Amino acid sequence: MKTVQKSKVLTLVAAINDALDIMLEDDSGVLLLGEDIGKNGGVFRATDSLLEKYGQDRVIDTPLSEAGFVGAAIGMAVNGFRPVVEIQFLGFIYPAYEQIMTHASRLRMRTRGHFTVPMVIRAPYGAGVRAPEIHCDSTESLFTHMPGMKVVCPSNPYDAKGLMIAAIQDPDPVLFLEPMRSYRSQREEVPEGKYEVEIGRGKKLAEGKDVTLIGWGAMIPIVMKAAEEMKEKGISCEVLDLRTLYPLDKDLVMESVQKTGRTVIVHEAHATGGTGADLISLINDEAFLYQKAPAERVTGFDAPVPFFGLEDHYLPSTKRVAAAIEKVMKF
Amino acid sequence: METTFPIFQVLDANGNLADESCREYVDETLVKEFYSGMARIRIFDRKAVSLQRQGRIGTYAPFEGQEASQVGSAKALNPDDWMFPTYRDHGAAMTFGHSLLNILLFWNGRNEGCVPPEGKRIFPPAVPIATQLPHAAGAGFAEKKKGTENAVICYFGDGATSEGDFHEGLNFASVFKSPVVYFCQNNQYAISVPIHRQMNSATIAQKSIAYGMEGKRVDGNDVFAVYIETKKALERARKGEGPTLIEAVTWRYGAHTTADDPSKYRDQEESTMKRRETDPMLRLERWLKNEGMYEEGWVREIEEKAAQEIDRAILEMEEFPAPDPAAIFDYVFERPTWTIEKQKQDYFELIRGGE
Repeated sequence: MKTVQKSKVLTLVAAINDALDIMLEDDSGVLLLGEDIGKNGGVFRATDSLLEKYGQDRVIDTPLSEAGFVGAAIGMAVNGFRPVVEIQFLGFIYPAYEQIMTHASRLRMRTRGHFTVPMVIRAPYGAGVRAPEIHCDSTESLFTHMPGMKVVCPSNPYDAKGLMIAAIQDPDPVLFLEPMRSYRSQREEVPEGKYEVEIGRGKKLAEGKDVTLIGWGAMIPIVMKAAEEMKEKGISCEVLDLRTLYPLDKDLVMESVQKTGRTVIVHEAHATGGTGADLISLINDEAFLYQKAPAERVTGFDAPVPFFGLEDHYLPSTKRVAAAIEKVMKF
Repeated sequence: METTFPIFQVLDANGNLADESCREYVDETLVKEFYSGMARIRIFDRKAVSLQRQGRIGTYAPFEGQEASQVGSAKALNPDDWMFPTYRDHGAAMTFGHSLLNILLFWNGRNEGCVPPEGKRIFPPAVPIATQLPHAAGAGFAEKKKGTENAVICYFGDGATSEGDFHEGLNFASVFKSPVVYFCQNNQYAISVPIHRQMNSATIAQKSIAYGMEGKRVDGNDVFAVYIETKKALERARKGEGPTLIEAVTWRYGAHTTADDPSKYRDQEESTMKRRETDPMLRLERWLKNEGMYEEGWVREIEEKAAQEIDRAILEMEEFPAPDPAAIFDYVFERPTWTIEKQKQDYFELIRGGE
């Protein structure tokens, strides 16, 4: 007998909304807090209609105060709730940085597990949508560098929903990065109801033998396009979507780079101190002798994300990815 | 503003009633409870400074001079309330039932010290300034959501009022009517910076106006005044009337921590004079003497009892098992990530390689 899993076609932002809806229904301890998330349904409508459904005791419009509501959410998490807070744009998270760095991420360590912070911090990130300045940052490495935080970043609706459900149920704080460029750029079949995508596990999007391309979030469409273009040149690319930036999926990366011996890492964050550097370090530790060429990185530059007039020059493009692939092939 | 927020006093510096109407507040049992509680934490504080001088604990933040503020406010709490202390509020934490051993362990570089005794809801001391104010707002908001009558006390100093988190915490608590008592011990110096360089406001209590919350200014060296105002504020919080900002005007006699020398930034003559005139312990002693209730035997007895309790805790601290380096790795997440597991394994192989 065949079981038919019901599904619906959703955008990435709708999949996040669906996950929040399911978790609000599932667990009365789950609360949403943030600026404009209630009546307005969030500036990207990620929390659309949830206020009407769950009321203002569960979907809470807070004062415009990132340190205030992240700090208050820490107090609520410690006192029995599972807050999901929305930072309107990742570039606005910095006032809350101290709360995350000195409290959310280390309260478990400070108290040997007596006080814990099961909290999700949602933040739309990234450039490429003609947004005003500071609305386009991709500073995930500030958080992967922070012990005690997990950092996830889905690239598609299915993963967005499953990762959000996993993040809300995680016993530790999770930074959930939402690629705003991909919020509505694709629709796909997403199963109804509750399912999880495991934190710490990436996904192989395309099988290949010559080069491993590693990306996540909004970079995935660019990486996939480059892989397609390479096919015509007879270069076979394996594409990995990391999905979780801390902890990295070591096994997935290792298996692939040991097979291909060539790697191109693509991220829109700045190069220095970026996750690409951690990936190269991982290759160095685990697959050094398999390498046929030094790993290449295609990243944002070590410059502040420019005003949108120049953002297309800043963001990794298919052209830059293709050039990097050719470089590792020719080495 | 000083007239809008007059300093509330029950006992004056000479141990007399500030006015006859205050008599109802003062009774012998309470006076003695306060006195013994304050003597206990003062003895602890002095012992801790001496332990630091001998290299038996790390850098230590003394609170001597602030005993009335800490004992009076902590005694006003119910057992199920929450406490969010700073690094200078272990006098309050001890009074509320924290373990002396754990407090000493904290100051001796051990995170075991941040774990409160079973059933006591005491947060680890806030080290970054004012960051605990939003936590208290959230913990209180959670109590309100659960429908309890538990309240929260949140301690901070005068310097904290300059931080953004002071504003964000008070604002959040007041918007959501979170049951919190924001208890500021204005000891008039943030390390070396005096209060008039910290703010251009006449009082800290007046800042409550901006948040639409109750604000009270009390003599922080008058344990009765502190106790009464804190109790009232907690009652308002329990009834759903929201947070209160209390400014307890006090003074620390010692350094900011054992790592600084206050004579560099503060006129120590002023400190000596304040100790002579407004010491919170002396004030209670004067009251007891004025009322003919002072008994030397009783004072000796409570001091000896406290000293014994503290000495026992010191002994326990010094006999406490050496820390296991595994603790570095084991409490970062509920389940360690592979990077942490690998780092732990590599490190243990190195340090235990010869075994």
